[in-house]
Amino acid sequence: MHKEEQTITEVGVDNLVSEVSKMYDEGYRLVQIGCGKYDDIFEINYSFDKDYKFVNLRLKIAEGVVVPSITGVYLCAFIYENEIHDLFGVSIKDIAIDFKGNLIRTSVKNPFNTPTITKVKAAKPAKSENAAAAGAKPDVKSDAKPDTKPDAEKKKEEA
Amino acid sequence: MAGRIVVPFGPQHPVLPEPIHLDLVLEDERVVEAIPSIGYVHRGLEKLVEKRDFKDFVYIAERICGICSFTHSVGYCKAIEAIMDLQVPERAQYLRTIWSEYSRLHSHLLWLGLYADAMGFENLFMNAWRIRETILDAMEETTGGRVIQGVCKVGGVRRDISDAKLKEMTAKLDSIGGEIEDLCHVFFDDASVKHRSVGVGMLSKEDAHKLGAVGPVAKGSGIALDLRQTGYSAYGSLDFKPIVETGCDCYSRCIVRAKELAQSVDLIKQAAANIPAGDIEVKVRGNPDGEYFSRVEQPRGECIHYVKANGSKNILRERVRTPSSANIPPLVKMLEGCQMADVPVIVLSIDPCIGCAER
Amino acid sequence: MGLFSMTKTVLKSLFNKPATIRYPAEPAKRFEGTRGQMEIDIDKCIFCGLCSKHCPADAITVNKNERTWSINRLWCICCNSCAENCNKDAIYQTNVYHAPIVAGETDVDVYQGKPVEEKPASAEEKAA
Repeated sequence: MHKEEQTITEVGVDNLVSEVSKMYDEGYRLVQIGCGKYDDIFEINYSFDKDYKFVNLRLKIAEGVVVPSITGVYLCAFIYENEIHDLFGVSIKDIAIDFKGNLIRTSVKNPFNTPTITKVKAAKPAKSENAAAAGAKPDVKSDAKPDTKPDAEKKKEEA
Repeated sequence: MAGRIVVPFGPQHPVLPEPIHLDLVLEDERVVEAIPSIGYVHRGLEKLVEKRDFKDFVYIAERICGICSFTHSVGYCKAIEAIMDLQVPERAQYLRTIWSEYSRLHSHLLWLGLYADAMGFENLFMNAWRIRETILDAMEETTGGRVIQGVCKVGGVRRDISDAKLKEMTAKLDSIGGEIEDLCHVFFDDASVKHRSVGVGMLSKEDAHKLGAVGPVAKGSGIALDLRQTGYSAYGSLDFKPIVETGCDCYSRCIVRAKELAQSVDLIKQAAANIPAGDIEVKVRGNPDGEYFSRVEQPRGECIHYVKANGSKNILRERVRTPSSANIPPLVKMLEGCQMADVPVIVLSIDPCIGCAER
Repeated sequence: MGLFSMTKTVLKSLFNKPATIRYPAEPAKRFEGTRGQMEIDIDKCIFCGLCSKHCPADAITVNKNERTWSINRLWCICCNSCAENCNKDAIYQTNVYHAPIVAGETDVDVYQGKPVEEKPASAEEKAA
């Protein structure tokens, strides 16, 4: 089974930009910036690649901490940083091209930062026209949370 | 004295396969600045990991995009298999390679057709798609689906291809080889194609490296970046080199994709000749615990599936970084200084798959 | 040559038959392995609900008390996951896709199973 070696180094908010500048000087290219929220800690992964060697820098912050932007070093980071700001609500200062929360249009603000889904029993709807029914399924325990509605509507459009 | 006007391009435009919005700041037909705006097809697919267990999530992963669907499922399955240390049988790896290359063939033929359509060359568009029908028939016969295959699963593949069928498939590829060559001949040599593509959308090699371009956008600017060389699936035992052009314009990106058609046909024939006999899947027990970045080479470039799991049935986080979202900064750079009539050709030359870019 | 590069293709298209099928007057292309709609052999079903749990689209509803199995034809994505998870091999896939539904028709197909049989008395007598 092919499994490539991937190193993960932890950095702090203070030495983030200097570590990234070191990567730039060594010729690495920025691959992606990804974010995940686990129990109130945000983990931001900065991934770099050179000649198929994969290196990561990981930044762990609590809610409310402001992160410096790396667009001064890698301009292409603006798209990832705007996405993290829109979906998770992490504030990043000094992004070179700042969309101020308008890059990804969602009906719920910071959708990936909302609490876990609760299962709610929906009322029994009329079974006739499927297009008009607002996301409730007949006789089944449904997850009737507002930001899952786009998923139910997408299923109807797909069908 | 040139005044500036702002012209909105998209989200509805005849040339765009998927909605993307660009605000073009123009000075007398020359684009000075382009501001992208995405979010029209954001479906929040990454949040669905909380609802579906890790084995059923493959169905969602392959529906991130309709064109590169098989490679998304391969990327996801590879991540889970690396976390759980599963040994996928050799035959399954070869089958995955064969289907990935068919996926690449159909995606590039689709793109060649759309590119011809962007230039107004409708006849070439329809001919490219006619050849694509043969590829889709081959996919439907073996996997059951033309666009969404649904054959990849954690631990292997769900369907097998018999050796007789493989011989039939390679014979069919031989018979359409002449048509593919005629099609590529038009793209390489035709005067109207060259007039609209040469010198348009320049992206120098340094800019491509600094802005993180991937796939044919990087290969057209002289950077030899092809994730298949890391040797995942069965690519480690196949013989090929990444195709690189140094023109740095739309024409070289077009040539890279046209040449990759012939390379994919060759890879399928190599894999079909060397495929070993054996099982097609391995049983999956337990739940994944750990994290891994899985990288695959999609038709559009490098795609990353990052999976983090903590031992329960639902994985904690799945992040997908698709090549189309990595190619948006190079697009913004390429649009500066071009003529307004060239904007559709440039936007299409990065192969925008906005459904992937936004998930 | 820069001009007339499409001549050969154009001449071929003039004299060959069209590449398109006149659907729906002619039937669509179908192969043996094409994914079509899911069917169930209701007599084999034990109403355990595994298919419903593994359905990615939540298209199947199983009611153990009334012994009904229903599937929403428009939500089903024909992925074959229910058939693979069924322990009794009751569900199978055909290669014909469901026809489009017009207004007034329902999209849910309900299958009614047989009522529960009584346990044969001889088994209890043997245990005693």
